[in-house]
Amino acid sequence: MSDSLEFDKVIKGFGAVKALDEISFSIKKGEFFSLLGPSGCGKTTLLRLVAGFEKPDSGRILLNGQDITNLPANQRPINTVFQSYALFPHLTLWDNIAFGLRIAKHSKEYIKKEVESMLALIQMEEHAYKKPDYISGGQKQRVAIARALVNRPRVLLLDEPLAALDLKLRQRMLLELDLIHDEVGITFLYVTHDQNEAMAVSDRIAILNRGKLEQIGRPIELYEAPQSSFVAAFIGDTNFLDGWVAEQQIKEYSLLSIEDFPQVICFNDKKLSVGDPVHMSIRPEKIHISREKPAEKPLINSMQGIVEDIIYQGDHTKFGVRVGGHRMTVFQQHSRFLLDESPITWNDKVWLWWHADDGFILERYQVIKENEMGRSFENTLQEQN
Amino acid sequence: MKSKFEEVGLTFPSALWLLVFFLIPTSVIIFYAFKPGDLYGGIQEGWTLDNIKNLFTPHHLVILWRTIWFSLITTAVCLLLALPTGFFLAQTSLKNRRILLLLIVVPFWTSFLIRVFAWKSLLHPEGFLKKTLVFLHFVNDDTLLLYNAGAVLLVMIYTYLPFAILPLFTAAEKFNFNLFEAAMDLGASRSQAFYKVFIPSIKPGILTAFLMVFIPAMGAYVIPDIVGGINNEVLGNKIAQRTFVDRDLPEASSLSLALAMAVLLPMMVIFWLQADSDKKIKKKGF
Repeated sequence: MSDSLEFDKVIKGFGAVKALDEISFSIKKGEFFSLLGPSGCGKTTLLRLVAGFEKPDSGRILLNGQDITNLPANQRPINTVFQSYALFPHLTLWDNIAFGLRIAKHSKEYIKKEVESMLALIQMEEHAYKKPDYISGGQKQRVAIARALVNRPRVLLLDEPLAALDLKLRQRMLLELDLIHDEVGITFLYVTHDQNEAMAVSDRIAILNRGKLEQIGRPIELYEAPQSSFVAAFIGDTNFLDGWVAEQQIKEYSLLSIEDFPQVICFNDKKLSVGDPVHMSIRPEKIHISREKPAEKPLINSMQGIVEDIIYQGDHTKFGVRVGGHRMTVFQQHSRFLLDESPITWNDKVWLWWHADDGFILERYQVIKENEMGRSFENTLQEQN
Repeated sequence: MKSKFEEVGLTFPSALWLLVFFLIPTSVIIFYAFKPGDLYGGIQEGWTLDNIKNLFTPHHLVILWRTIWFSLITTAVCLLLALPTGFFLAQTSLKNRRILLLLIVVPFWTSFLIRVFAWKSLLHPEGFLKKTLVFLHFVNDDTLLLYNAGAVLLVMIYTYLPFAILPLFTAAEKFNFNLFEAAMDLGASRSQAFYKVFIPSIKPGILTAFLMVFIPAMGAYVIPDIVGGINNEVLGNKIAQRTFVDRDLPEASSLSLALAMAVLLPMMVIFWLQADSDKKIKKKGF
C-alpha cells in the first residue's frame, strides 16, 4: 500500500505554546488511522492542518505525494466529520448531503443518485426531508458522515465524532463506522481522546503528547510494547515501579532492585546493564492473585501483600494490594461465580505473582521527561481514575 | 403551578398599558378617519368615506409612494452595510468587539434632533462637507447637497444603521461558525459559505433588522422635514402638517391609517409566507 497522507516536520505554535513540535509520519492508503492523546496534545490541531483550516508554521503535508500545505480548505479532496456535526440547520438532511455536490456543480441526476445511495448506506431514507433539529444525535452523526463521504474524499477526517453520544450508542456507531470504512475503503483519520474507541477500530494509532509523537503502532503493539511510560499509562492501566538493574540473569532477563519492594525478575530487551536506573511497568490483569502460595518456578515473581481496596466491576474485580511501600493494582476476571467459595476481602493476606515476560522495562530517563511534561501526564492519569 | 390570580396579576399591568396607550388611541384614529371634520379642527356628527377616498388623490399617492420608496432604499442599504458588519463583529476578539459596539452606540448619547441638525450644517452650501468636496473637486460649487432625496436617504441610513447592526450582530453571534468551516470543507468558497450558510442561518435576525429599520423609516418625519426641503415630503410630514397646521384631524387620521396599513400589509405577507413554507417542510418530513 502506498502512503496517502504524509507529515514532514510539521511545526505549529499558538503564541508561545508549541501545539505541534516537528511531527513526521505517514498514513497508508485505506488505513483507519487514529490520533490519540489527552486534551491539548495537539491532535485536533493536526486534524485542522489536514483539513486546511490552519497552516503550519513550517513543514509540509503531502497527499498522495502532492504538497497540499498551502492549498485552501475548499480545494482539498478531504472532508471532515465535525465533533458537533455542524449540519446546516436551515437545510433538510437531503440538502445537507447534497451540499458539496451542488458546490462542485454536478448534474442533477448524479446528485440525486449519489445522495440517495448515501441515505441508503446510513439507513436514513425515510428521514431525508427532515431538518437536523428533528433527528437524534446518532442520526445526526450518520448524516454528518454521509455529507462528507458523498464527495468521495481521498481522506475522511473524523474529529471526536462520537464524543457527544451516550455509551451504548457510541459502541454501536463505532461498529457502523468500521463497517462504512470497510465498504468505502478510503483513508480515515480519526481523532479521539478515548483509547477504547481508538483500540477498537484502528489499524494503527499515533499517540500524541504535548505536541510530540510518542509512538505509532498497531493497537496490540501500543498495549503490549509501549515505548514510553506515557504510552504505558495512557493505554490501559498499569503499575509503575522505579528501581535499577541489580543483576543480569540468564540471557535477556534481569533482576531489578526496587526500593521497599521484593526484587523482581523482568524481561530486558533494552540491553541495560547492572546499575542502570529503570522504570518497570506491569499491567494489572497480568498479575495473579490468590490466598494460596503459588508453586516456585523460574521466571515467576511472587510476593505477599495485604488487600487494601476492592472494587467490584461486574466482569472483573479491581484489587489494591499493599506490597512493601508500594500499592499494586490487580484485576481478577470472574470466570465463574461460586457462592460457597469465600472471596478475598479487605485486609486479607494474599499472594501476587506474574511471569517475567509480562512486565516491561522502560528507561528511567523517560520518567524524568515525563515529570517535565508534568501536567498533561497527570491529567491523563486523573482522567483514567 | 401558577394560580389563576397570579397569572392575571402578572398580565394585568402590560394589558392595561397596551389598552390605554395603544388600543384606545388606535381606535380613536380609526374612528376619526370615518368622521367629517369642521373648519375649526373639530369633528362633526355623522359618518363619511371622504377621508379614505381622499387618500387616493394623485397628490397623496405620490407621497405614499415616496415614503415606501425611501423606506425600502434605507432598509436595503442598512441591511447591506449591517450584514458584513455583524459577521465581522461576531468573529472579532471580545476586546475589539466591545470597543466597536460602543462606537456603534455612541451616537445615541447625542440627541437625535441635534444629530440631524449637525447633518444639515455639514451638508449646507457653506458647510464643512460641501466645502471639502468642492476643494477636492468631487462636486461643483453649485451642486446642492441639501434639500434633495439624497440628503434624506443619507441621514435616514445614518440614523437607522445601528438598528440594523445590533440585531444582525446578535444573530451572527449565535451563529455556529463551525458551519462556516463545514461549508468550506465541502468545497465552498468564502463568499459561497457566506451566502449559502451564514445568510440563511441568521434569517430571523435579518427579519428583525428589516422591521427595526423599515417601520421607523416609514414613520420618519423629522429627517425629511429638516434635510429634505419642500420636494421630499413623506407621509409623516403630511400627517404632522394636517394635525398641527391644518387642524384637520380626520384627514390626519386617514393618512395615519394608510401608514399603518403600508407597514402591516407587507409584514403580514412575510409572516404568511413563512408559516406556509414551514407547513410544507413538515408535510414533506412526516
